[in-house]
Amino acid sequence: MNSDAKKTLKKLVIAVPLMFAFGFALVPLYDVFCEVTGINGKVFQSDYEDELLTDNGRPLAIQFISTNNENMPWVFEPSEKVMKISTGEYYTATFYVKNTTNKKMVAQAVPSVAPSNAAAHLKKLECFCFEQQELMPGEEALLPVKLLVSNELPKNIKNIIMSYTIFDITDYNDEPMASHEMNMEH
Amino acid sequence: MSAVIENHHDDHHHGPAKGLTRWLYTTNHKDIGTLYLWFSFAMFLIGGAMAMVIRAELFQPGMQIVEPEFYNQMITLHGLIMIFGGVMPAFVGLANWLVPMMIGAPDMALPRMNNLSFWILPFAFFILLSSLFMEGGAPNFGWTFYAPLSTTYAPPSVTFFIFSVHIMGASSIMGAINVVVTIMNMRAPGVGLMKMPLFVWSWLITAYLLIAVMPVLAGAVTMMLMDIHFGTSFFNAAGGGDPVLFQHIFWFFGHPEVYIMILPAFGIVSHIIETFSRKQLFGYSSMVWAMLSIAILSFVVWAHHMFTVGLPLAAELFFMWATMLIAVPTGVKVFNWIATMFRGSITFETPMLFACAFVVLFTLGGFSGLMLAITPADFQYHDTYFVVAHFHYVLVPGAIFSIMAAVYYWIPKWCGNMYDERLGKLHFWLSFTGVNVTFFPQHFIGLAGMPRRYPDYALQFADWNMVSTVGAFLFGVSQLLFLFIVVKTVMGGKKATDQVWEGARGLEWTVASPAPYHTFTTPPKID
Repeated sequence: MNSDAKKTLKKLVIAVPLMFAFGFALVPLYDVFCEVTGINGKVFQSDYEDELLTDNGRPLAIQFISTNNENMPWVFEPSEKVMKISTGEYYTATFYVKNTTNKKMVAQAVPSVAPSNAAAHLKKLECFCFEQQELMPGEEALLPVKLLVSNELPKNIKNIIMSYTIFDITDYNDEPMASHEMNMEH
Repeated sequence: MSAVIENHHDDHHHGPAKGLTRWLYTTNHKDIGTLYLWFSFAMFLIGGAMAMVIRAELFQPGMQIVEPEFYNQMITLHGLIMIFGGVMPAFVGLANWLVPMMIGAPDMALPRMNNLSFWILPFAFFILLSSLFMEGGAPNFGWTFYAPLSTTYAPPSVTFFIFSVHIMGASSIMGAINVVVTIMNMRAPGVGLMKMPLFVWSWLITAYLLIAVMPVLAGAVTMMLMDIHFGTSFFNAAGGGDPVLFQHIFWFFGHPEVYIMILPAFGIVSHIIETFSRKQLFGYSSMVWAMLSIAILSFVVWAHHMFTVGLPLAAELFFMWATMLIAVPTGVKVFNWIATMFRGSITFETPMLFACAFVVLFTLGGFSGLMLAITPADFQYHDTYFVVAHFHYVLVPGAIFSIMAAVYYWIPKWCGNMYDERLGKLHFWLSFTGVNVTFFPQHFIGLAGMPRRYPDYALQFADWNMVSTVGAFLFGVSQLLFLFIVVKTVMGGKKATDQVWEGARGLEWTVASPAPYHTFTTPPKID
């Protein structure tokens, strides 16, 4: 084999692990892409949004959907299925949870907002989805989410759906990975 | 080293070793090409037998022959074996036989790696097939192995599946590296890049695609392995992962992969149409540019497989338009093939019959692909038999017809004997009829809403499914005729001339028939 062929070979052999690594790089890139574009309806915690408060808000319906992931046995449902609100005001909605098992469990709710272009205008000042929930056997709780929808919300959106899926993370709880993934909002 | 340019002096130079070790230890590109081709033929028959199980079950509504669990294993293995065991090794085998002879090189650039890349393949498929006999059965999650079906809900044999995919990937990557190094560095003086035969061009591009995406596939199955065994959560939502991410990574590999399975076919068909039209190929450079554009576009269209996962509107529009854009270079190629035939003095020997069927039926498959690319329509077509009809039209009368055409076209060069033309034509017409009777009705039942990957179906789909099964068995049985024809040709037959076909051009037709064990040990002179 001549030296040119060796050069070609070297380049190709380097390309293979690079593409392998690229496959793994797609994982954080995918998160970054979703975060930048907001397309997967993720809403992050905001601080005070008093500058968005207004008295001339327009009416809006917020629907709440709760889902239990896989074998999650807890009772998990919104206190109200639909809340009539007005943009530019603070509201607090609650979700009812109960640990129906006889062991201590830790849960994490993962939120999503539809339509996705509403996500940027929905401000959550407080949300149970920002923290893990630890419930004793048979314990129940009302979990709050404090929110405000900016008046900038596109006019054609008259209805926002906030969906929460609750996961059993009891087994993941010790691992730093789980808490890192769950507390990435700012 | 003699100064003589012709090669037939090399005939007695030294021949192949004798016995089994010839095949185990061989580093000769022709031997390895032969191994690849026979291996892919064996896999084609095994994967075909699985297709027969599937079609037999679907002959009538209701559960007839197999258990639903076994049916799922059949659809998974059928897909994996036909793609990674049938089509891809067949093209690598053709590349091994033809690329060195077409560019006037004595062998592949890395002959030992060539041996390795072939000989790990049987192990990969042994592992995959052995999972049929394991507790919990073989993989049953479809060839696309979407997580979490292939992680959280997979049978224990999934680990063996993952390793076999790793081995197949390593084999493909080594094969591709070999092809690139050979083509970039071992062309005879005078064979410039834009003078290379189109099959060589098609394989150069295919090899780059392989090097780019097979490692990504390896990454995807490695992530699965880690999710299953090492407690990571790449695709597990409960641990902060995302199942849709799997589909993005998989189709980032998967879409270039479908072009890996069709670009070499473009090269083959170009040669055959040119030869039997007795004209120079129309639009050589546009053919090269078309293949390059298709290859580049293949990296930005993957999400058209996932229109229904809930992509934002902007992404759906982008992937729809990008996908449709691929029709342009593909249209250029079809136009060029037809323009080559235009006013040619055409004869329809078996390779030409397969090539013409390729042009017509591949275009048909392309059209149904365009229909699927229309995002709003795809919500109706997604995961129905319309999709099944689409990709079988581009893969069976597309990729596989091109491989059969290539075998008929080059087999006189490989073994020195002409195949039986009457049997060859019979094989073509049986296959042509079988393929259309099998897959055309699947368009209808798909549009009517029959979902894919179920062992049972609603009564209104019964008639067309019965027709489809009859066609499938016709197609399946005719492949045994193909096996007979190939064996018969290898054993004997009318001696082939060196040029074989009246209109054949290219360096491979200048060497003796059968091609001597070593060709072009001194580079040929190119005018």
